Amino acid sequence: MQTVIKQFRANIRQYGMLIALLLIMLLFQILTGGILLKPLNVTNLILQNSYILVLAIGMVLVIISGHIDLSVGSVAAFVGAVAAFMMVELNVPLAAAVVLSLLMGALIGAWQGFWVAYVRVPSFIVTLAGMLMFRGLTMLVLKGQSVGPFPEAFRALSSGFIPDFSGGGGLHLLSLLIGALLSALLIAIGWRKRLSDIRYNFEVPPRGYFIAQMVILAAALMLFVYVLASYEGIPNILIVLLVLIFAYTFITNRTVIGRHIYAMGGNEKAAMLSGVKTKRVSFWVFVNMGTLAALSGLIFAARLNAATPKAGVNFELDAIAACFIGGASMSGGVGTVVGAVIGGLVMGVMNNGMSILGVGIDWQQAIKGLVLLLAVAFDIYNRNKSS
Amino acid sequence: MTDILLEMRGITKTFPGVKALSNVNLKVRKGEIHALMGENGAGKSTLMKVLSGIYPYGTYEGDVLFEGRRCQFRDIRDSERLGIVIIHQELALSPYLSIAENIFLGNERARGGVIDWGETIARARELMDMVGLDESPNTRVMDLGVGKQQLVEIAKALSKNVKLLILDEPTAALNEHDSEILLRLLKTFKARGLTSILISHKLNEIVQVADAITILRDGATIETLDTARDEITEDRIIRGMVGRDLKHRYPERVPNIGETIFEVRNWNVYHPLQPDRRVIEDVSFHIRRGEVVGIAGLMGAGRTELAMSLFGKAYGKKISGQMLKNGKPIDLPDIPAAIRNGIAYVTEDRKNYGLILIQDIKRNTTLGKLRKVSRHGVIDERREIVEAEGFRQRLNIKTPSILQTTMNLSGGNQQKVVLSKWIFTDPDVLILDEPTRGIDVGAKYEIYTIINQLAGEGKGILLISSELPELLGMCDRIYVMSEGRMTGELTRAEATQENIMRLMARMEGDIRANGH
Repeated sequence: MQTVIKQFRANIRQYGMLIALLLIMLLFQILTGGILLKPLNVTNLILQNSYILVLAIGMVLVIISGHIDLSVGSVAAFVGAVAAFMMVELNVPLAAAVVLSLLMGALIGAWQGFWVAYVRVPSFIVTLAGMLMFRGLTMLVLKGQSVGPFPEAFRALSSGFIPDFSGGGGLHLLSLLIGALLSALLIAIGWRKRLSDIRYNFEVPPRGYFIAQMVILAAALMLFVYVLASYEGIPNILIVLLVLIFAYTFITNRTVIGRHIYAMGGNEKAAMLSGVKTKRVSFWVFVNMGTLAALSGLIFAARLNAATPKAGVNFELDAIAACFIGGASMSGGVGTVVGAVIGGLVMGVMNNGMSILGVGIDWQQAIKGLVLLLAVAFDIYNRNKSS
Repeated sequence: MTDILLEMRGITKTFPGVKALSNVNLKVRKGEIHALMGENGAGKSTLMKVLSGIYPYGTYEGDVLFEGRRCQFRDIRDSERLGIVIIHQELALSPYLSIAENIFLGNERARGGVIDWGETIARARELMDMVGLDESPNTRVMDLGVGKQQLVEIAKALSKNVKLLILDEPTAALNEHDSEILLRLLKTFKARGLTSILISHKLNEIVQVADAITILRDGATIETLDTARDEITEDRIIRGMVGRDLKHRYPERVPNIGETIFEVRNWNVYHPLQPDRRVIEDVSFHIRRGEVVGIAGLMGAGRTELAMSLFGKAYGKKISGQMLKNGKPIDLPDIPAAIRNGIAYVTEDRKNYGLILIQDIKRNTTLGKLRKVSRHGVIDERREIVEAEGFRQRLNIKTPSILQTTMNLSGGNQQKVVLSKWIFTDPDVLILDEPTRGIDVGAKYEIYTIINQLAGEGKGILLISSELPELLGMCDRIYVMSEGRMTGELTRAEATQENIMRLMARMEGDIRANGH
């Protein structure tokens, strides 16, 4: 028992936000009389928040590296507008249009990264300028009007579901199968790590604790997939999100690049004197952010089935709030991809729950602001207490 | 009977799990310079925090008596009202404000909230005269050197009608010359009846100025020595501090010196912001395998600038000259290139330039050469842990775990982590810039042992230090720098404090005069 408590304590910070998310979900599940977790609504939750989560994943890297990016909402709108122009007006084939859009995002990121990294203009200012510039350019490209509709195949990006081999009726079998495979994969990874920890004589949690952990993880995952499968199955966009979350978690935790980003955010001078090419790291973090902002813009345009001049307004603030709720630090060097995603979901569940309850947009904004403040204050309080 | 100004009786202070002070006694007589000595973690700072009210009355046991009255300070304002002023090691000045503004910061000369500039400047001038600070009161503090900033702090303390001045390691960041000025100032204050408590690691200073010395070890008072009564030597103090005789302050090493491993010829470096100011002029030197080579010089002589310009051009513009390793010319355009070529630079400022303080020991240790513990850019965390654990044991880093955040380590242990990081990069040449600054006697000895070990492995060591005894005790050869030039080279046999000092103070004019 003692070790269980010890293990739990060690992970409390990591799990704290997850527990908060679960509590918020429970609260709204009760308040909405069970509507929140209905299959249709869970699917909606994912679709509604996907573009913010994509931004949050890129943003958390920017914030860890000690910068900020205020331009992502405008960049998303701009890329959405250009994509619409290409597909609707010029009839560029879908695949080419998507690739060109992502490249354009990368190029915009490189532009901003250049000013931040090599001219050393503070990122706040560079991206504030970007926010204005790309909003203006969006209106220019769209001539102040909405452009749409998009081809059916493009819309599938954010409103389609993976196909099913059973041919409809009842549960979505392929989704369940993917869920089972994912569970098996997670257990295999956990098991491999445990074996290698034992081989290196590291302290590992007791076998019972490990098995319980794995069973809970797999059960939660299967339950989630089951809920989705009883509606239309796994949305396409969820696959995209999962791939991004896995890939970026791996990059931040396990790779040299990830380590360099954290080191630079923690102490730029020390990192530089340790051989980290800090300018290059800053530059690429912005290129990455630009690309993900472009992806977010495509998802949002596909969801609305139109590119509009007002698309992406305040997205940057939602993405930044997600990172901070998820434990990232304003001064850099601290934060996780999973934390940012959980932070984004906290905001998303609150939006969705309050909308179901019929709470007006005015109160929603006010309450979200307060939650952001309290979440970060709680985090700081905890950190001060532990040190 | 002399007057007792301050008496602290039976002070005990516990933190969760640790007894930081146990039954500590301190008696300070009016008008003396009382030195408080002890290794890092002995409880000096904690005791001073109790005295100044940072730890308020009620959080500790025991009595504080000032001028015979029992004191119950709730915060630092309470103690300052009675005239107890503490000057911390890290200066608390606002860099963009002027000297006068800083002196009266929080204590402004004002009427109804409106600042009286006439009085502010006039009073500031008086106070600056008292501390011998010859500057305009309107000079921004950021434009002053550390030594003068220290004087501003003291002037600020004087403005508060100070009766007891506490200086926490005031000379740690100062060169010999500025330290000298500061100590002389303390003596003048003493002559005027001001009492001070001086915390310092520099034994020679203490012996020079202190009237009484209280030694703390592991949170307890060991003894109070009186210069009028006891015979005080540096060894005597060390024995009290570490609880045993440190036979030699510097560990023995039998030099085993090989061929030249690193050489610099006609090195010139220009200031990064003022392109026509030459910071390093025509410097040449060499290091051989297994040799510890020292660089002496005053603050501003260009030692750190030289070291950093060699280390992948981390400092300076328009760098010219030749660098050879093992007799072959090398070019180091950036820091990764320097690391690849086996050059390591251990900075003088470990908190700002050396460590990522919010990260753990493990991550700091491997940062310099992550590819050693990774494949195709993916880090093998287990191998990393094994490596870091190895350094923890080899360098005797005192910590419960290598997952400990470096912020929470003592100065000596932080320095060991920085050394780990650079040893991990497998260097052939290590440039150590003030490697023992601000760390205690015991940890210093350990750092010296590590340096000797590295030299024993055949590496070349360049040791930059402001402590002459350290250079004399450790080095096989010493170069002396002044104003960006090499002014001399001395072998171990030739080197003495006096002739090093003479070379350090040699100015451009002298060199010219000698040339004619």
